[in-house]
This record gives sequence, C-alpha cells and structure tokens, in this order.
Amino acid sequence: MSSGLYSTSKKDFDKSLDLKKLKPYGDTMNDGKVQLSFTLPVPDSEQAVEAARLLALHMGLSEPLVAHHQALDTGFSFFVVYGSLTHTLDFTQIHVNAVDVHIMTMAETDEFIRRHFGRKLRVLGASTGTDAHTVGIDAIMNMKGYAGHYGLERYKMIDALNLGSQISNEDFIRKAVEFDADVLLVSQTVTQKNVHIDNLTQLVELLEAEGLRQRFLLLIGGPRISHELAKEIGADAGFGPGKFADDVASFICEELAKRQELHH
Amino acid sequence: MAEIKLDWEKVTAAREAARQIAEDTQNYLEHFTSMTVERAVCRLLGIDGVDESGVPLPNIVVEQFKDNGVLNQGAAFWIGQGALALGKQPQELAEAIATGSLDLSQVEVQDPYEVQIWAEKRAQETLERIRSNRLQREAKLQEFGDHPGPLIYVIVATGNIYEDITQAKAAAKQGADIIAVIRTTGQSLLDYVPYGATTEGFGGTVATQENFRLMREALDESGEELGRYIRLCNYCSGLCMPEIAVMGAYERLDLMLNDALYGILFRDINMQRTLIDQSFSRMINGAAGVIINTGEDNYLTTSDAFDEAYTVLASQFINEQFALKAGMPEEQMGLGHAYEMDPALHNSFLYELAQAQMARQIFPKAPLKYMPPTKFMTGNIFKGHVQDALFNMVTVITHQRIQLLGMLTEAIHTPLMADRALAIENARYIATAMADLGAEIEFRDGGLMEQRANEVLSQALDLLQGIRRDGLFHTLEEGKFAGIKRSLYGGKGLSGVIEKARDYVNPFVPLLLKEEADWAKAAARQTVQGGQR
Repeated sequence: MSSGLYSTSKKDFDKSLDLKKLKPYGDTMNDGKVQLSFTLPVPDSEQAVEAARLLALHMGLSEPLVAHHQALDTGFSFFVVYGSLTHTLDFTQIHVNAVDVHIMTMAETDEFIRRHFGRKLRVLGASTGTDAHTVGIDAIMNMKGYAGHYGLERYKMIDALNLGSQISNEDFIRKAVEFDADVLLVSQTVTQKNVHIDNLTQLVELLEAEGLRQRFLLLIGGPRISHELAKEIGADAGFGPGKFADDVASFICEELAKRQELHH
Repeated sequence: MAEIKLDWEKVTAAREAARQIAEDTQNYLEHFTSMTVERAVCRLLGIDGVDESGVPLPNIVVEQFKDNGVLNQGAAFWIGQGALALGKQPQELAEAIATGSLDLSQVEVQDPYEVQIWAEKRAQETLERIRSNRLQREAKLQEFGDHPGPLIYVIVATGNIYEDITQAKAAAKQGADIIAVIRTTGQSLLDYVPYGATTEGFGGTVATQENFRLMREALDESGEELGRYIRLCNYCSGLCMPEIAVMGAYERLDLMLNDALYGILFRDINMQRTLIDQSFSRMINGAAGVIINTGEDNYLTTSDAFDEAYTVLASQFINEQFALKAGMPEEQMGLGHAYEMDPALHNSFLYELAQAQMARQIFPKAPLKYMPPTKFMTGNIFKGHVQDALFNMVTVITHQRIQLLGMLTEAIHTPLMADRALAIENARYIATAMADLGAEIEFRDGGLMEQRANEVLSQALDLLQGIRRDGLFHTLEEGKFAGIKRSLYGGKGLSGVIEKARDYVNPFVPLLLKEEADWAKAAARQTVQGGQR
C-alpha cells in the first residue's frame, strides 16, 4: 500500500471550484475522492479483489484502489475501496423541499406562543404501530431533550403528552380528540421493509376518513423520514436525523400562526 | 482486580430492602396464575402444535378450561383428569379438544390424589429431558473449554431464520461467543407463540421452537468446526414468558432475556400479569441452566445515564432478589447495565468506568450483561466506532461477562455482516491489548470515581427504601423507573390473570425448584473439591 500513500503523480485537472460541475473533495479541488466499503458473497481471493475493483469502476470511480480486503466467512469477503468519482453534478439546479423556518430558542418560542395564541399549545406524541422504540419521540418530547436541546415538555407554553411506544393508529386518534391536540407528533424508528410508510399512510387515511385531518398539524419524524417523504405521505412536515425539539417547536409556531392568519 | 472502595453497609442495606420488596410482591402474587403459565404447563406436559388455522394447541386447551371456569385448578389438574379417565396422552387430548370432540370438564371425575401422582410422574419425565439438554451443554463446555473473559455477544436480525443462520455462522467464525436472534417487532405483545420455521419478520425473526431448533443445530455445527461452544440467546420477555422459557429449555438455549420490569415499562404489559409469568419462567430458565438477561440497560435509553444511574442499580438489586425467589443461583443472573453516557459530558468515561466497576463488585458472581452505546450513536460511523471502543475498554477493565457488541452502524440499520466483523475485531483487539489492565490499576482513595460509585449506591439505597415503604406496584405507578408511569390495573394482559383455587395443581413448581437446588449443590461440591486440589 505504501506506493499509494504519498502520491507524487501530477494532478493535471482543473482545480477551480465550478458549482455547475460539482465533485467530491479529498484534499484537492475536483479530485473526486470517495471512500466506500462493501461485502461480496464470494471467497476472499485475487479474483474477488479484482471484482471489487471492477465494481468500483462501474460505479464511476476512476483509479479505484482496493485498500483493504478480508474474509468474513468462507463465502464472503469485505472490501474498503477508494477512488475518484468521474461523475459531476450541477449544484445550481438542485432544489429540495425542506422545512424552512427561523429556529427560535425555547424562550422565544414560549413568547411567540403567548403573543400569537394566548394559550398553551397541546402536542400529542407517540411511536405508533408495532414500533417499540421511543428514542426518537423521547428526544423531541422528554423534559431532558437530546444533545443539549430541551424537549417540548420543558416549554412553558406547550402542553406535551408523550404516549410512548406501540400505540395503534386508532388509539392515537382517539387520544388526540380527547386531549384536543393542536399538533400530532409521530415517530417511526423501526423501518424494515418500509413498515413505517404503510403505518403512516394508514394514519393519514384514518384521519381523513374521520374528517379530522385538517384539525391537527401532523408532523412525523425518524431516522428514515425526510420532509419530502412526509409531504408525499400527506403529513405537514417531516423531521429526520439531526433535528431537535427547537426545530419542531419553531415549525409548529410558524405554521399554526400562518393558519391562524388565514382564518382571520 | 482493582477495587473501588464502597460503603458495604449500604450494599447490605440495599440488598435487604430489595429482598423485602421481592418478598412482599411475591407473597401477593402467589395467589394467582396466568394463561401463559398454564399454557407453559401444557407445553411441559408435552402439548405442542397448532390447529388448522394456526392457533397453538396450548392456547386452545387453556381457553377451554378458562371458558369452563375451571382454570383456577390448573391445566395440569384437568389434563391429568382426562389422561386417567380416557387413558390418553396429553397431546391426544389437546388434539381432540382442538377438533371440538372433547370437553375435559365433562369426563368422569378422578381421584385427585391419583391425578397428582400422574402429574408428578409426567413432570419428572419432562425434567429429565431438560436435564439431558443441560448435561449436553456442560459436556460441550468441558470438551472445548470455556474462556473466562468477556463473552462476545452479537445479534442477527434478518427476519428470515435461514438468512440468520448464514449471518450467525459467519459471526461465530469471526469470534462471536453468543448469538442472539432478535425477535420480530411486536412479538412481545402476542398472547401466543407462533409455530414453525419462519422467513418473514420486521426488524427480527419470530421466536418459535422450530426456529430455536434450527439455529441451535447450526451453531452446534459451527461449534464442532471451531472447537468452541457457541451460545444461543433469545427472548422470554413479553406476554408469553414461561412458554418461551419452556421452548428454550427444550432446544438448549443458553441465555434468555427475562425481565418483567422491562415488559411493564417498555411494552406496557400489566405488572401483575408479567410478574406472575416471570416467576415461573425464571424457575424454568433456572432449571435449564439458562443465564437470564435483565433489561435495566433500557432505562438509560430514556433516562439520563448520569442522573439516573441509581435506578439501574436499584433494579438490579430487585431483579437479583426475584431471581433468588425463583430458585436461581447468582451465576445465572445476567443483570443488565449499559454505557449510555453522553459523550459531551466532561469525564464521561471515568463515571462510566466507576459505575461498571461498582456493578462488578456488588454482584461478584453474576455474569453481568453490559450493553454498548445506542442513545448517542448518530450515524457518524467513524465516531461510533470510537464510542464502541471506549465501551470495549470498560468491559475489559471491569471484567464484564456478557459483552453485547456495539455496531458502528447503530442508528442506521440492523447489522450488516461486515458491521459485525468490524465490531468483533474492535473488541478482540482491545481485549488482547488491555487483557490485564484491570489487575494493574488502582482507584484513587477518595477520588472522582470512588465518589461517583458511592453516590450512585446511596441514591439506589434511598430509592429501594422508598419502594420497600410504598411497595413495588405503587413505585411503578409513580414512574420512578425510566420516567414511565404504569398502573396496577392498566397495560396488556391483565385479563389473563386468574386467582388460584385451593386445590390448584402445578406439579412443576416444586420439581423445578428442586432441580435448581440439586444443580447448585453439585456446583458447590465441585467448588469445594476444586479448592482442595
């Protein structure tokens, strides 16, 4: 491997940043460097290493380097591969559907609610369906919050009720009516075979069937949830990894205020 | 081994408080049985299989007794009646009940003494079957030898038992000592155990006796090849604790998750129901030589690992006493805890090390189950691998026994084959590099770590004394564990609790307790002989 460690080969490509031809960055502009690892269901061998290299070429990596290979079992081998991506992307043409709000602090949020609504907002949360994981909903709702971001329970102007895990969609809706919620938060952590999508779709359908969909702001979250996906399913917003209670609270404020204005 | 100076009077007081808590709870629960306890009795009497629509025969049989209002005498009583009156085996009776051609409450009444004798004889036969499995495990451990350090525990979770086997065999080859087959999401809330080999599951594989058998067979094959005994783990927790314990005893599982408190808090199972179920399931696990794993580590996924470490310790004390009440020796108590400290906390590693060391000293014989970081794993696999490395260090330094390996891809997906290999490589590297570090270091007198351990101990003692005063049920209603409140009459499964009649029969309880005691005596004799040599 030592031969590749300190490359002295001349880098004869354009080194200026061109957003119309965006490439990954290793240590030189436009070098296109990417790292990846994968397993092949074949014995670790010279042939397998060559297969890994060829696959990298197919992926559009030039000069692929199989930096590491090892047997995982007699019929399986593992690879770490580096290469330079030949594809480019026009960054200026990228448009995403993201939650776009001004993020307020907890104090600002409480003040905003006091000013705009003059009452506490009621937020009902749960991890629904068969999902037994509460880590997501807890991170957003629990007093303590997550990674230094306090949860909704700590907000003075939010009445937060966390139902925990494995709540059926039917029970969730019943409770939402009983609690007279303004906002519904649904967390989905276990996502094998897209069970989260089926479950969320069913929730939206049930809400619509009972004529309740417009009554609540419906927000969903989880490691595989994006805003884009949330809108597609028929929710009002989606919060993926790296989003905290302040993101959720700020969105709630802005959106409910907007709706309130529409009604006046 | 390095020791932290602990206030042992407090340890003794905490243990005594926990003993009284367990005793008070058990005294109350002794008056009850449950649907799954009685179905477990059916399984122990040899009833198995499903009807045309896939309903397990133990469910059909126990439902009939319940519908007739006679379940309070125990399933064994009625099966014994039927067996004597009709001269048939329990399985034949169950099949007849399933087709609707037999109602056991209508058979000619038999002499209760004769029924008792019949039931005891059948129970003895079952105990022999369980004993022969246990002897087989002992023989394999003798033959291959068992390494004394942390046992490397990894999970497989493909949903398909055959794919699980491929993954498990690869993991065994890479160095895993224990394979846990994660259960499909939601199985804990099924009030029956599915049947047969399965290839579909969400986030895990259905726990069925056939799936247990298939994996056991595969791991035995791997073990022969590798010259090691590969242990198999599955889950008792949920609404079928004792039934799954029976399946585990029949198929020679080595470890089983078994924790009513976990079911109450995280699955909203009714507390009376699951504590009744737990008691019988621990007798079965105990007799089968299965190491139970308790779920205290889960508290820290919702509560803070620093602020509420004492709830873990308090729960370990309670779990220890419940297990002792079920006749289980300390050597089979895989009490749980976890490395869930916030990485942003100053000196987080020191606090974690102190807590792990404390647990080790307070439960010296227990094969502690130590769980890796999950709460603060982010998807940054590179940092995640380092977090797992710190966990591995604490494991080795403090001699934890069951090391549940963290995966760098935690919070992304269930482990890929390569994730597991990288995790095992990480753990083995640290186990080798730091093999004797625990014996070489000392904890500074009055230092940060000593203070931390004693602080947690004091808080745990306060909590336990509060629980002793208020009762365990009330404490759970107050939400003292994991910040989750559960009510005595709420949760799932309460309708499956039945008050025992005065002539209630369960021939297995005394026999299982005796079996556990016999094994403990044999182990003690061996220790004495070993000491003389």
